[in-house]
Amino acid sequence: MAEPSPAPAENRRPSRKAPAPWGDIVFKGSTTAFAILVLALIGTICVVLYSKGHLAISTFGFKFLWNTAWDPVREDFGALPSIFGTVVSSLLAILIATPISIGIAVFLTEMAPPWLQKPVGLGVEMLAAVPSIIYGMWGLFIFAPIMARTVQPWLKSTLGFLPLFQGIPMGIGMLTAAIILAIMIIPFIASVSRDVFSLVPAMAKESAYGLGATTWEVIRGVVIPHTRSGLVGAVFLGLGRALGETMAVTFVIGNAHRISASLLNPSNTIASTLANEFSEATSPLYISSLIELGLILFLITTTILALAKFMLWRIEAQVKGAPR
Amino acid sequence: MSAGKISGGRYMRRKAVNVAMLVLSGASAAFGLFWLFWILGILILRGAPALNWAFFTQLPTPPGMAGGGLANAIVGTLMLTVLATAMGVPVGLMAGTYLAEFGRQTALGRVVRFVADVMTSAPSIVIGVFVYAVLVQPMRGFSGFAGAVALAVIMIPVVVRTTEEMLKLVPNSLRESALALGAPYWKVVFRICYRRVFGGLTTGILLAIARVSGETAPLLFTSLNNPYWNFDFTKPMGTLNVTLFNYAMSPYDDWRSKAWGAALLITLGVLCTTVVARLVVSRTQIGRS
Amino acid sequence: MNLTVTSPPPEITRSGSSTEAAPARDSATQGCDLSGKALRIEVRSLHFYYGTNLALKNISLPIVSKEVTAFIGPSGCGKSTLIRCFNRMYDLYRGQRATGEILLDGQNLLDRDIDVTSLRARVGMVFQKPTPFPMSIFDNVAFGIQLHEKVSRSILRERVEQALHRAALWDEVKDKLKHSGMSLSGGQQQRLCIARAIAVEPEVILMDEPASALDPIATARIEELVEQLKERYTIVIVTHNMQQAARVAGYTAFLYLGELVEFGETEKLFTTPRQARTRDYLTGRFG
Repeated sequence: MAEPSPAPAENRRPSRKAPAPWGDIVFKGSTTAFAILVLALIGTICVVLYSKGHLAISTFGFKFLWNTAWDPVREDFGALPSIFGTVVSSLLAILIATPISIGIAVFLTEMAPPWLQKPVGLGVEMLAAVPSIIYGMWGLFIFAPIMARTVQPWLKSTLGFLPLFQGIPMGIGMLTAAIILAIMIIPFIASVSRDVFSLVPAMAKESAYGLGATTWEVIRGVVIPHTRSGLVGAVFLGLGRALGETMAVTFVIGNAHRISASLLNPSNTIASTLANEFSEATSPLYISSLIELGLILFLITTTILALAKFMLWRIEAQVKGAPR
Repeated sequence: MSAGKISGGRYMRRKAVNVAMLVLSGASAAFGLFWLFWILGILILRGAPALNWAFFTQLPTPPGMAGGGLANAIVGTLMLTVLATAMGVPVGLMAGTYLAEFGRQTALGRVVRFVADVMTSAPSIVIGVFVYAVLVQPMRGFSGFAGAVALAVIMIPVVVRTTEEMLKLVPNSLRESALALGAPYWKVVFRICYRRVFGGLTTGILLAIARVSGETAPLLFTSLNNPYWNFDFTKPMGTLNVTLFNYAMSPYDDWRSKAWGAALLITLGVLCTTVVARLVVSRTQIGRS
Repeated sequence: MNLTVTSPPPEITRSGSSTEAAPARDSATQGCDLSGKALRIEVRSLHFYYGTNLALKNISLPIVSKEVTAFIGPSGCGKSTLIRCFNRMYDLYRGQRATGEILLDGQNLLDRDIDVTSLRARVGMVFQKPTPFPMSIFDNVAFGIQLHEKVSRSILRERVEQALHRAALWDEVKDKLKHSGMSLSGGQQQRLCIARAIAVEPEVILMDEPASALDPIATARIEELVEQLKERYTIVIVTHNMQQAARVAGYTAFLYLGELVEFGETEKLFTTPRQARTRDYLTGRFG
């Protein structure tokens, strides 16, 4: 046995360790258990939010969704101002962010010289990495005063006849929040768009170039039609992010429980209401109402994100299905 | 093709539209970077003066009093991040391993992948509310542990997805050749596959850490805040992020200046982690080729 | 112990199969006299399915001990599928299954009760592309040994050195055993994989197109190595390269569309094929 160079073993040597199939059973079992744990987590979140918000749900019923009151003293709570603020600020942010993000994606995939691609890509990624609260602080102390001094007065003087731009230019408010949200979601939409752009088969692009198309014509005629559902997915992903964004919005939106036509007025979102009031809420009904708000936010964002995911999957399947 | 088509006004117009569009795309890239540099510039300008020796070594002063530092909050942030990583990363690694090794085609795999994807972008404040409801309320008190759990919940889906993506990069032939030697599957995964994508896994974990170390919302009503030294996870724990929130909203100039210091410190930490994570992955990719 | 065939093996292979062999296979192993040869493996009426898709149809053939047997045929003919049955590699994938018998030293390795890890210690495999593990050259070779045996550090070192010697790689790597296995050239990586496979001291080595990713010089070295290895090991090699089969193999099996068309001594099969389809393939009429 000490002889280290036996001929190919005709018989099994006794020193072979016994095989241990239980190792694989444990391995598969435990990884599966952890996968189920991840699944259970999201289920638990829904169940817990529902059960803890049950007091508010049973007290206010569906009226909670369209009640505009938010009165901790009289314990009369309604979600509509928060929902309105959440939806409007996010949609506005999407409106601003989408064209810019797609522009960045085009720049990164089709236009930038190779030596620029990496640093610009990294810069965009850094924009995504900057924590939310930093955007909030910068927004409150730096950006909002600039809005108050220049942008908002100018909007009032030129477009002030519209109800959208009336009120006192305070700097904070819906418009400022939406712009900051837009800056925050640009990197997400841009990077997903870049990824779906790079899924376009080189042959499809080359055949258009071969016909004498310009870069822009290739983008408009081949790349964008090819990736439409992916781009919608990217935008939805950005929307999902914007809806749940908390700290940045909390700093600059003004935190007023009211629905106002003007984008210059302070407003509120579900997330900012939670951030501002949760640790101060005392009565059970108040806390329960806040948790119900959290549940509503969770359901809206997961629905939007699920849709985004669905569209991105579709485009991936399309590309994988098509011959390259 | 006729010569008229090429030299005509139509050609010139197409050319012009092309250039205009490309300039616009370049402008949007510049627009994005503009904000980044603006924000970073302001942070350095306002934050750097606040970062002195006392900032790192002393406790906060009572409201309105100058001086002091945020030593407890820095330590608190580090402690929370470490605990959250210790809880979140193993769960994420194992679940991600399931997705890549057993769940590629199974129904469970598909559902977990979908859920993890959605959870990656789920609002962090709702995670805070959730942890408040399951930990803070029943235990009748805010605690560092609750904060760490909230951060871990946020980390898990990120780690799950990167682990899966990385393990999927391991060519099947590598698994097969280890199995062909008679290795049990778990050894193949832990000793061969993990090692093969070690850089990528490290990147994923670092990005998850970067992600949670900038989070404030889920800590607001889990770990709350604490102006004193606290090494006990069952008690409220001060963090840079929550302190920054409170200080920035306060009327005291000294506190606001400390808030800028904290903002600079957090951002530096997050961005450095992100850059290191990227470097790790690009270095391993070079090693591969 | 070796299964020594006393009666002519074609009869053995056919009488062993429970199902009636089709006419084509009737003649597949005809005219090949294996009397007096030791058989290492016997395949008996093997069917293989990818889901519901039948990929191998009623394959029966012998693998002679300490010889090189080549599987040739156009791509998609099932030659890789067949070789992956010998170490149950298909177990990894859902929906892939095999029926029939593959006897390794008289034991049916398709049996459910067979422990695949110890089977794979007996039947080593080398893959199409070199697959060095992400660890040092030394650890690559030691990995398999340590899986199956508890050996002292010094014996381990000797075994690694010996395996590298046999794989004709020692002289090239003896000074850099601590370097990553991935730092080697393609041909060296493939010889490292061979060293890794023989370090476990298998009885059979399966090679699935081991040279298809290599340049001609590296290919020649691998072929030389196969020639040397057959003194100790039974080798089954899949190749799409007929010249390679002619150079290295003592026996050759020609597969076409999941069927075994012809099996026999390489020289006879190449010079006087009995089947029209073999002749067509060898003369380049198809595939």
